[in-house]
Amino acid sequence: MASDSTATLRVELVAADRVVWSGEATEVSARTAEGDIGVLRDHAPLLSLLVPGIVRIESTDGGRVIAAVEEGFISVADNRVSILSEDASLVNEIDVAQAQSALEQAQADGDELGVLRAEARLAAQKAS
Amino acid sequence: MAASVRELRAKIRSTQATKKITRAMELIAASRIIKAQQHAAAAAPYARELTRAVSAVATFSNVEHPLTTEKENPKKAAVLVITGDRGLAGAYSSSVLKEAERLGEKLRAEGKEVDYYLAGRKAEGYFNFRGREFITSWTGFSDKPQYSDARTIGETLTKTFASQESDEDAIDPALAADELHVVFTQFRSMLTQEPDVIRLLPLEVVEGTEAPSSDDLLPLYEFEPSAHEVLDALLPKYVNSRIYFCLLQAAASELAARQKAMKSATDNAQDLIEKYTRIANQARQAGITQEISEIVGGANALADSSAKD
Repeated sequence: MASDSTATLRVELVAADRVVWSGEATEVSARTAEGDIGVLRDHAPLLSLLVPGIVRIESTDGGRVIAAVEEGFISVADNRVSILSEDASLVNEIDVAQAQSALEQAQADGDELGVLRAEARLAAQKAS
Repeated sequence: MAASVRELRAKIRSTQATKKITRAMELIAASRIIKAQQHAAAAAPYARELTRAVSAVATFSNVEHPLTTEKENPKKAAVLVITGDRGLAGAYSSSVLKEAERLGEKLRAEGKEVDYYLAGRKAEGYFNFRGREFITSWTGFSDKPQYSDARTIGETLTKTFASQESDEDAIDPALAADELHVVFTQFRSMLTQEPDVIRLLPLEVVEGTEAPSSDDLLPLYEFEPSAHEVLDALLPKYVNSRIYFCLLQAAASELAARQKAMKSATDNAQDLIEKYTRIANQARQAGITQEISEIVGGANALADSSAKD
């Protein structure tokens, strides 16, 4: 795995109860506590906190994977990228109506984190 | 033999009905175990990566964190007891409760107060029936725990542990605990499940169950925003993930225990049916024999009386 010649990253997007997506990719971008980052091959080892937002993965088979994640973290080492979030969902798994009502509910409750989580899911839907 | 044939037939019918029910429960439990094991397998990658990340932070930074720091003089221990919501699973819940009592005795002998947190209706019932006190209980998910259940429990427990310095969401200081133990059932195999106790807090970070291979050395990570903040965010998640692991193990154990209990109930019902059928047949035979002898006796009496005339 460390010595593969192809210029790709091994990416795993993992939620607490399942592996959401895993495969080879050329680029991963995510929103961390410090701002948006993009990860290409041979990135320095990094462990960073994610805020609720969108993760974009440019997979090697040409497709772009977009997922909404909650707060979690991303770790990069040896061209392996692991994105961990207690709850993560791919764009086609997102229920827009449900996210919308969650957003309104969170806004009504003044739940900032809830607002961020719901917004991330809606934003992922738009970005696809 | 005193029972009449009709009574025995009724007994056989009711035992057959019971057997059908226990048989169905056995099959349901068996199919759910497979699902529970799949859930456990699906949760493994997250737990593995999380453990890796926590060990990375712990190895490369000397960050002291309240969740990992041993108290000098622990006074209070929180105990999370994980049992099932429903019975009919043999000794599953009672052996966990027995283990919890043992742990409670031990902790009290060490001079610590014990606060109980319960998961599962059986534990709740046990404490309520004995008029014992507990802090909170969570029910309704014992055979199919979701991550959100683990998160709810984890957040509550982490709060009681870290309450000393978490000012914004401070809890009742009377609940502040110095250590946290979890009593649950380890799923060893379909045949053995053992009640087990782990100390969750203060944390001792261990590298999963699989030891890291030599080429799997942890790289020198750069931590953003800082090692301390990363650890701050990671450790509560690690606790949640450990609790999720315990819940999943407990769920698989509960189902396995239920399957075993229901299997022996079905076998017993079958034995009873056979026994009752034999007795009923005997009673039927005895009835017939009696009737014949009565008829023969009657005929003889008639013949005697007519011969006299």
